[in-house]
Amino acid sequence: MADTSLDAAQIGAIAHLARLDLRPAEVPVYQDSLSRILSLVGELERADTGGVTPMAHPLSGSVQRLREDHVTERDHHERYQLNAPRVEAALYLVPKVIE
Amino acid sequence: MSIHTKTLAELALGLRNKEFSSVELTRALLARIEAAQPTLNALVSITQDGAFAQAAAADREIASGRGSTLTGVPILHKDLFCTEGVRTTCGSRMLDNFIAPYDATVVAKLKAAGTVMLGKTNMDEFAMGSSNETSFYGPVRNPWNVELVPGGSSGGSAAAVAARLAPAATATDTGGSIRQPAALCGVTGFKPTYGRVSRYGMIAFASSLDQGGVICASAEDAAIVLRAMAGFDPRDSTSVDRPVPDYVAALQMPLSGLKIGLLKEFFDAGLDAQNERRIREALALYERLGARLQEVSLPNLPLSVPAYYVVAPAECSSNLARFDGVRFGYRCEQPRDLTDLYRRSRGEGFGAEVKRRIMTGTYVLSAGYYDAYYLKAQKVRRLIADDFDRAFAQVDVLMGPTTPTAAFELGSKTADPITMYLNDIYTIGANLAGLPAVSVPCGFAGNLPVGLQIIGPHFAEERLLNAAHGYQRETDWHSRVPPGWD
Amino acid sequence: MEWETVIGLEIHAQLATRSKIFSGSATAYGAPPNTQANLVDLGYPGVLPVLNGAAVRMAVKFGLAIGAEIAPVSVFARKNYFYPDLPKGYQISQYELPVVARGALSIVLEDGSEKRIGITRAHLEEDAGKSLHEGLARYSGIDLNRAGTPLLEIVSEPDLRSAREAIAYMKKVHTLVRYLEICDGNMQEGSFRCDANVSVRPRGQGSFGTRAEIKNLNSFRFVEKAIHHEVARQIDLIEGGGRVVQETRLYDPDRDETRSMRTKEEANDYRYFPDPDLLPLELSPALIAEVRSELPELPDQKAARFASQYALSAYDAGVLTASRELGDYFEAVAKGCPGEPKLAANWVMGELSAALNRDGLEIGASRLSAPQLSGLLHRIADGTISGKIAKEVFEAMWSSGRDADAIIAEKGLKQITDSGVIERAIDEVMARNPGQLADYRAGKDKLFGFFVGQVMKATQGKANPAQLNELLKRKLSGG
Repeated sequence: MADTSLDAAQIGAIAHLARLDLRPAEVPVYQDSLSRILSLVGELERADTGGVTPMAHPLSGSVQRLREDHVTERDHHERYQLNAPRVEAALYLVPKVIE
Repeated sequence: MSIHTKTLAELALGLRNKEFSSVELTRALLARIEAAQPTLNALVSITQDGAFAQAAAADREIASGRGSTLTGVPILHKDLFCTEGVRTTCGSRMLDNFIAPYDATVVAKLKAAGTVMLGKTNMDEFAMGSSNETSFYGPVRNPWNVELVPGGSSGGSAAAVAARLAPAATATDTGGSIRQPAALCGVTGFKPTYGRVSRYGMIAFASSLDQGGVICASAEDAAIVLRAMAGFDPRDSTSVDRPVPDYVAALQMPLSGLKIGLLKEFFDAGLDAQNERRIREALALYERLGARLQEVSLPNLPLSVPAYYVVAPAECSSNLARFDGVRFGYRCEQPRDLTDLYRRSRGEGFGAEVKRRIMTGTYVLSAGYYDAYYLKAQKVRRLIADDFDRAFAQVDVLMGPTTPTAAFELGSKTADPITMYLNDIYTIGANLAGLPAVSVPCGFAGNLPVGLQIIGPHFAEERLLNAAHGYQRETDWHSRVPPGWD
Repeated sequence: MEWETVIGLEIHAQLATRSKIFSGSATAYGAPPNTQANLVDLGYPGVLPVLNGAAVRMAVKFGLAIGAEIAPVSVFARKNYFYPDLPKGYQISQYELPVVARGALSIVLEDGSEKRIGITRAHLEEDAGKSLHEGLARYSGIDLNRAGTPLLEIVSEPDLRSAREAIAYMKKVHTLVRYLEICDGNMQEGSFRCDANVSVRPRGQGSFGTRAEIKNLNSFRFVEKAIHHEVARQIDLIEGGGRVVQETRLYDPDRDETRSMRTKEEANDYRYFPDPDLLPLELSPALIAEVRSELPELPDQKAARFASQYALSAYDAGVLTASRELGDYFEAVAKGCPGEPKLAANWVMGELSAALNRDGLEIGASRLSAPQLSGLLHRIADGTISGKIAKEVFEAMWSSGRDADAIIAEKGLKQITDSGVIERAIDEVMARNPGQLADYRAGKDKLFGFFVGQVMKATQGKANPAQLNELLKRKLSGG
């Protein structure tokens, strides 16, 4: 992980994976800041983590609760769809997806 | 003493004793809020109509002898908490037009306890920031000096409480976003144990780090609010099913015998000299009150910032994927196709810091990098958590500075993100380990407030509130109001 | 060049819970768009998932039924990608630690041989919504009713070597999930979906060829056709000097061909990581034992029992246990007519199945109840009617819903067993057909059938066939 700098193509690929439109002028800015962040993050390399279990949750030993299989929800779609940018016949509209 | 400089506890008592009504109190604070907006910009939305309706209802409750401690007490909510029928923006253009269709559990609980919501506070966009300079609605300013930042991401909540616009404001803390602005604004900010307060309705930044809490003027006030906020929520799988103690009752225990650990790693070269002096003075006072100090070391703690800046961006890159212009939120004009809809809605809807973190997170999770970054960071996280466990076997609480410096100038740290990230160097560890922590004012560096941080083991909220309250009984830093705001 | 086909199937079975896997919305099929999508299903800001215990139990049931180890700790992971039917921008699934680990299922091939098919894993995940394209000019309409329905993804080892084996495996899984009552198996409604991973390699080669994944297979027929088409396509491609590309292809039933899919992610980097909103799922030995005690008799067990208890062939036993309902029906019929299991088997597999197919009915909607069919079989067994007449009675029972005895009495279909009556009928027929009689006595043995037919006609088909045969033989030869 010595070289943590990212080139423009990599920034483009990451931005696309994250569905973020970047203007050409923005690319070098993100290149610079992401490279700095990765450099900061590169310090993790020096930690000796052999045999250490990754910690996904801060409270070890907690386990997932199970819910009873009951229908508890009613139809409120009209209320929810008040926030929707484009709705027709109760469907959320997006530009046509070709399969 | 004006009504707005009373503590929450005093206001609650005054309401119950009918010295003033909730409507009067609400009117007075709304006027202050309106007057302060051009200067501080602490709020995104002011909910006058709702506030008066709630205040009137509270007054009826009080008149009929019903009601409890918080009935009629005005409160602000960070604009990250969903509030039914009220705009909820997270400080972002992405949610500029979003009216939440439901109340966050925290909001519902505080509503049920009788509080009156005055409005939604400004914040760093999607809780990403340490200075409240990334908000779509413009920066918040520090009431102690309006050229300076209030801290972030809960800058609006901290500034509002510091300027006495409201006695309490809810806030959230992922890497220090309650404690750091509380320290920079000279108020008390409490972050509970992970899982103590429900995250349902608290718009997610980093799910394994986020925790809701409160900013107010004192530990006593925090105890009152926390008692109403905390509790198991079946809608949140990470919510812990554990009874909520009466935090107020626990405040009065004496401090003698309290074992305080001084974190060696916190007293490093980055800590400003004046800040350090204030911290050491506070510690000396604790000793005089009967506490015992000892040095402890958390050798992996310096890795908390690198670990955080892998885990938090990773989680947020996934949490923010739902903002896509389809079901709610910002949608770009005339999308050419689906990809364009996504790219431009998100590209235009999100600010730079949010995009930066989304991209960082996307990268560290991507194929080929997961092990080196994400998995590694989670392992370091465990090392840090284990360090804390070992320390708490020797001491009851850890103390040290909340921030390396006092408030800084707007625009002074925005050039290099790393400079900004390092503001959280003392606060991040507690988030990684899920520990409760509080910041209390402990003096001034020049004219600017300094915060003392107290960290406890899991579910030691009572111990922390008690330690903070004991200090606040002997000092008046927490009662200081910024010049011009008293 | 001799080619070998290698197939692995990924089956998505929608679990038959009342509510969704992470929210309390209903899962019922066919509701108006977006009326069964709550804030959690819509991926609204601030919402969180809570796990449905019934979905977990169903997954455990499946795991136990295939002899797999149930993971004591399993983890939910986020599979991140952008698609309009995926509201959160990620699917909650399981990745490194699925709830069900390796198991296996046996399939019976046409030649009667058995083959053991490995199942790599089965895991829980949530379903996505649907995109509708009809009637919307430049738009697609998203319906999120289905988003959040629990799925069990069942992944087979690449042990299948032909489309036939693939179908046999798929049918076996289909039968099993319905036996366990964890999935209704309705392929038209999309509760049971299949993707096929298909590759070819020269026979004898150890390593696998590059595989293509074929999606949109929602019937057994389509799976078979798609595999055949894809295998041919790949062989043609390789023999023509090309290379198979690892890609996702869609099966088009109208054209009977597979096409490369374009709009799904080009190179999918799903960036799996453990979902921080869900804690590790721990399954105690006690819970697993509880689920095990709820297991019904499994298809293989039932088939083996039928074969021994009712002296049926393995094939017949297999057909009769294709569904739990059919097996139960057969057993009720066999028990209702003791001592005649083969008769019961023949009639259930024969006339009854034909009638069900003809009218497009499942066994549950049979117009004849098991006791009614037993009643009919009784009358064959006790000689009241012949097998041939029974078919007539069956049809009458099917259309009227009445019992065998009622119809036999009403139509006077009782078999004639009085040898005197039969003899007289034979005598009459012989007298009326002297030419054929002479020919037969001269050696034309085939005319026996003619006489049988004539006597049957004369007796309205009611002459007992065995008796008729015996008496006719005697009389024709002059006795």
